[in-house]
Amino acid sequence: MIITRPRDWARIKANLAEVGAEKVFLMGCGQCATVASTGGEKEILQAKAAIEATGRTVTGWAVGEVACHSGGTKLEARKHVGDISDADAVVVLACGAGVQTVADSVSKPVFPGLESVFLGNVVRHGVFEERCQMCGDCVLDKTAGICPVTTCPKGLLNGPCGGMWGGMCEVLTDRECAHVRIQRRLTEQGRGRGRATLEPKDFSKKLKPGSVNLREKKGTSAGGGRDE
Amino acid sequence: MSRLRDALARGEFVVTGEVAPPLGTDLSAMKASIERIGPYCHAVNVTDNQGATLHLSSLAASRAVLDMGVEPIFQQTCRDRNRLALQSDLLAAWTLGLENVLVVTGDDPRGGDHPQAKGVFDLDSTQLMEITAGMNEGHDMLGRDLAGATDFFIGGAVFPEADPWDIQLGRALSKVEAGARFFQSQAIFDMERFARTMDELRPSGVKVIAGVLLLKSPRVIDFINNKLAGLMVPDHIAERIRAASDPAKESIALAIEQVRALRDIADGVHIMPLGNDDAVGRILTGAGLSE
Repeated sequence: MIITRPRDWARIKANLAEVGAEKVFLMGCGQCATVASTGGEKEILQAKAAIEATGRTVTGWAVGEVACHSGGTKLEARKHVGDISDADAVVVLACGAGVQTVADSVSKPVFPGLESVFLGNVVRHGVFEERCQMCGDCVLDKTAGICPVTTCPKGLLNGPCGGMWGGMCEVLTDRECAHVRIQRRLTEQGRGRGRATLEPKDFSKKLKPGSVNLREKKGTSAGGGRDE
Repeated sequence: MSRLRDALARGEFVVTGEVAPPLGTDLSAMKASIERIGPYCHAVNVTDNQGATLHLSSLAASRAVLDMGVEPIFQQTCRDRNRLALQSDLLAAWTLGLENVLVVTGDDPRGGDHPQAKGVFDLDSTQLMEITAGMNEGHDMLGRDLAGATDFFIGGAVFPEADPWDIQLGRALSKVEAGARFFQSQAIFDMERFARTMDELRPSGVKVIAGVLLLKSPRVIDFINNKLAGLMVPDHIAERIRAASDPAKESIALAIEQVRALRDIADGVHIMPLGNDDAVGRILTGAGLSE
């Protein structure tokens, strides 16, 4: 899921002031931002109280099924068309994909209410960790299912670096070195990587903006990279 | 021809030192340092934004060292440049007469003076060594012919006191396979352990220059143990310096003992005087490596 965190409230207030917004509509997301406790009903009501505390009016709010879904968000916007048209601006408590979907669905100025931070594993309720960068050139087959591109702070394919000490990471000193974990798991599974050096990554597999279209007849394009 | 390569090939025990380029354009302090340590060294490392802190580039500073008649070891870290810039700088280095290159990963920007910087790490040190070795054979990383090849003496870093060592040993051997012909080690405190490391590395043919770090004050020890990644000063050595009436003097005595011990084990020593350049001559003279 996409992990978000609250955006600096001063920036949101400044955004509203920039467009002279006295009346605000709020939109959340029923998927990731609800699980991340950043853009569900509870957080929308907290944001509503905060905006009202600045003397502004909240004309209404909605938490649709999933904010980044174009059709669903347009439907949600239509359901609340009166409240949105009464508002001077819309603040969206969702990831950047959700904010852009809302911005495409309404004619009012739309502002982000959250910061989008990473694609996260839900380690347990309320604990999220980044394990995948969506690089489009997966090495997990070589690295025992532990991604060095993401979990090594330097993203080294061939590690550990010289800062590893007592098996721990030099940058995040409370964590075990990703390369130590990889080697241990490979050894446990009898798949020693030997001394093979992993080749430099192909960053053309992840050129912006990514795009996949399953409706295209021939081939697919992914991550903006070249078709195979 | 790289004098460092020649000396190591002859089986000579080599000495390397290290200087840092300035934060700014005034090279006088670095040059003064070269004047102090240069006469004792076969070659001198010129660091590349060491500790992820801003300095004048190793490329230009290495050339300035060469112009003083001292052989530089041009350092290249993978932190600040992508594969285009790294290859481009290596080609430039060769045209500037820089023949020794030390290829390292580089510290993470989070620990440096520009923590907001993007750490590039497009390549890692092993990959860059492989590419440098390819340039020596006359091609770039895509296999295209270069109009004029390089002939670098390629070095890397090795961490004999790291734990778990078997993983670092595997990395070191990968670096040799990738093209490393010499290593400069992190500071050595445990001579027995280092002797075992040499036994493990020697069959690969790589030359190993052992790090000697001048522990000139208790403050330096605290800095290493608390701030510097990948190194710890063992208690008995830390206690010796802390208990000394004159820690600076004691640190030189310790370094002399270390160099003497390493003479029988390593292919050379890399002296890191941490600013006390005048100690370099005293250490080497004391160890019988210089008149």
